[in-house]
Amino acid sequence: MISFYESSARERINHLVDPNTFVEILPPSSKEQSPHLKLLNIVSSFDDGIIIGKAKLNNHSILIASQEGKFMGGTVGEVHGAKLVGLLQSAISCEVKAVYLLIDSGGVRLHEANAGLIAISEIMRAIFILRNHNIPVYAIIGSQNGCFGGMGIVAACCNAVCMNEEGRWGVSGPEVIETVCGVEEFDSQDKPLVWRTLGGKHRYIMKAIDIIVPDDVNEFKKATYTLLNKKEEVEISLESIKKAQNKFKEDLKEYKGVKDALDIWRLKNINKLESISLLNNSDFLNVVKGESSGN
Amino acid sequence: MEHLTFEYEEGKHSYDAKATIVGVVASGNLEVLIEKNDSGLCSCKVITSEIGFKNIWQAVLNDFFEKYELKNTDILINDSGASPSVVSLRLDQAMEKYKRSAND
Repeated sequence: MISFYESSARERINHLVDPNTFVEILPPSSKEQSPHLKLLNIVSSFDDGIIIGKAKLNNHSILIASQEGKFMGGTVGEVHGAKLVGLLQSAISCEVKAVYLLIDSGGVRLHEANAGLIAISEIMRAIFILRNHNIPVYAIIGSQNGCFGGMGIVAACCNAVCMNEEGRWGVSGPEVIETVCGVEEFDSQDKPLVWRTLGGKHRYIMKAIDIIVPDDVNEFKKATYTLLNKKEEVEISLESIKKAQNKFKEDLKEYKGVKDALDIWRLKNINKLESISLLNNSDFLNVVKGESSGN
Repeated sequence: MEHLTFEYEEGKHSYDAKATIVGVVASGNLEVLIEKNDSGLCSCKVITSEIGFKNIWQAVLNDFFEKYELKNTDILINDSGASPSVVSLRLDQAMEKYKRSAND
């Protein structure tokens, strides 16, 4: 078993796509580096923390991007963002079956925040254009930095999201919430609380993600195959967005005053809720599916 | 941040290999990019976050050159405070991958 959580951005791509099919666009040798970091006396990276390219997945042409969380938290700077936007915009002319984003990012890189914020909005626009052209974009979240800030919003714009339990997905990360709202609101040092709230299991229970897998690159690979054959269930329209918005409003009403994910699980009548965090993936799925079928 | 350049003139080996990268610019780590050039030299360009370690870089890269005796090769390093032993390991890892791409 090889851990997805522990893999670098390059390793993740190599583990997922068909062997020897990945062709990198703007590889490190092209040296497209951040123009801002050197002005701030910060060492930059040859690929600006993101690897993009074409590949085959189960013999279908796809585009894939993978963020390196270890370089500046996988943050979206000007070049990093431009690579992602360019990749998404090329999907129509490349006639690919899908685009996969292996997200490992704290969001916008604060050192180049204006460029990063613009990039995030361009990424979102590019995703919606692709969705209109029936080219699905899938977010895979399972790395150490999780998926936060602008990238958290980007993931929510995708057709579907796949996570492991270890991955975390949100907009404001734990430290940000604690800094802004105080430790009584959210204790970022309380790791069980952090994972219970932002981790894959809670996201799956809340139906925010489509697939949860164990932290194994082969399981992620199977999930990417499953997504490849997924039919788009909800077309984006004003109607569907209003419906989704109303669902959020209802959730907010239903879980008003709830302080912990555990309380939501209790309200959802999930069995063995105290042990949810300790269950392995298949036992977890059995418990949660038991709940949804009314057992 | 410091920029350092080291050049070696008496190399014997060069490889018709693809540009190769290993490592990540992360605390205590570094990335190494190896590319062929046609200058005849083995040219090492280091960008490091730490200032004042030129002698140590010189020693580590001297060892590297002695081991591989490269010519017509660029070694480009972005370093975020890696220890000398980590630098040596990354250089070996990069050379292994670089040579493998020449054989493919």
